[in-house]
Amino acid sequence: MSIAPGSIAIVGAAESTRIGAVPEMSQIMLHADAALNALADAGLKPADIDGVACTGAMMTQQIAHYLGITPKWVDGTSVGGCSFMLHVRHAAAAIAAGYCRTVLITHGESGKSRINATPRPPEPQSLNGQFEAPYGPFGPPTLFPIPVLRYMKTYGVTHEQLAMVAVVQREWAGRNPRAAQREPITVDDVLNSRMIAYPFRLLQCCLVTDGGGALILTSADRARDFPQPPAYLLGTGESVETNMISQMEDFTSSRAFRVAGPTAFQAAGIRHADVDHLMIYDAFAHLPLYGLEDLGFVGRGEAGAFIEARHTAPGGRLPMNTNGGGLSYTHTGMYGMFALQESVRQVRGQAPAQVPDVKVSVCHGVGGMFSASGTVILGRERP
Amino acid sequence: MSLPAGRPRPEPTPETQHFWEGARAGELRLQRCTACEKVYFPPRPFCPGCGSREVAVFAASGRATLHSYVIHHRKVPGFEPPYAIAVVELEEGPRMMTNIVDCPQTPEALQLDMELEVAFTPMDDEISLPLFRPAQGSDRGERA
Repeated sequence: MSIAPGSIAIVGAAESTRIGAVPEMSQIMLHADAALNALADAGLKPADIDGVACTGAMMTQQIAHYLGITPKWVDGTSVGGCSFMLHVRHAAAAIAAGYCRTVLITHGESGKSRINATPRPPEPQSLNGQFEAPYGPFGPPTLFPIPVLRYMKTYGVTHEQLAMVAVVQREWAGRNPRAAQREPITVDDVLNSRMIAYPFRLLQCCLVTDGGGALILTSADRARDFPQPPAYLLGTGESVETNMISQMEDFTSSRAFRVAGPTAFQAAGIRHADVDHLMIYDAFAHLPLYGLEDLGFVGRGEAGAFIEARHTAPGGRLPMNTNGGGLSYTHTGMYGMFALQESVRQVRGQAPAQVPDVKVSVCHGVGGMFSASGTVILGRERP
Repeated sequence: MSLPAGRPRPEPTPETQHFWEGARAGELRLQRCTACEKVYFPPRPFCPGCGSREVAVFAASGRATLHSYVIHHRKVPGFEPPYAIAVVELEEGPRMMTNIVDCPQTPEALQLDMELEVAFTPMDDEISLPLFRPAQGSDRGERA
């Protein structure tokens, strides 16, 4: 049995009041600030919420208590930056099953200011601690790009094409007043920026910011009772592969993407030509390429040329990462919530860089260095 | 060759003890499933291909090719930048993360698919790391 497309809707969505550098808020308050904004967006109070989801060990109880919520359903799925896509999927199932009626999903992360932030050291007895950490990876910039040279060699993708990802997303960011970095950049600017971990330079790596976001989901039968236009849930998918990037089965493609994406498309009953707007989590410049190929928007090895040809840029036929993305908008550490927020805004018709007439938005997330994936497809109308 | 202080030190567990004992003895130990013959890494006492607990430890050849890498340019404890964080493909099939030694840490010197061989490098009396270096007698070109 599956959930009928459009039977669940996002009826509240908001980010924290400020994003970027937010030194006046600890991590838990970033959750709460975004949650209060989403509740206001939906015209609800904490007592109206009976389901809570967020990431982190024992965080659901912290967030529920901090906000004064008594949930009947909780989900603490923590698979990295796409956890929120999985929360949306799980919440839809819980609402459809009658476990709860109205779910609040929150994210807050003091990624830049590090106030009450979550430490993430690999334990020396873990598999990562034994078989990766001794060789000098130090955070995502040294791990996430490890497959890139193999991908480039396999398909003849160029450094210039991988620089173009950052250039195009900066163009979108230039249309968004909330984006952290809005000044136009060129391919040369990207290729002359400071080397971080070859082949990637500073402008091909995501920002590190503070911020939060929250979503409220309920049954589509109630969705018209809320002040904002509903974003109907058409289909979802999820998967995990491995949290050791050295053990990915194919360095040119993500198995988790190849499971999550098609699962969501099948559930939604849509084809690629139906997609008006696309978000692909871009912690680093290669991720949109892997996403475009693994979700089937282009053939194997074609994504670099596709982006270079400006098909995902403003005015292109597949507008992608229209908030500026993790590269230029914001990236707290778990950016998936912000990709979802932009998909909701585009479906509502309220985005700063609004794409005309968005009926279907695909939002695709990655978590933990290709270790996890979640895909959420939203629609403006209930099928 | 000795390693500068500060590099994260692996702590063996019951399931990985044989690997680290092998490394100390200069042997790259992998596991092969007795039932389906899959060779796998990292270590575990069952086959990730078929679930069988009938698995055997064996000494791998130590030969590998360079599958992919990044060259890190920032200073972190235990490493002198720039240094490559590499993934090699062992002759027997599995891949593992490592560092490439006896080789300039440059894109020109580090060619994908170049032939490598294991070079065990002690951290202390208990732990030796399986680092890799360009294969001796190889022209460092791609494997035919």
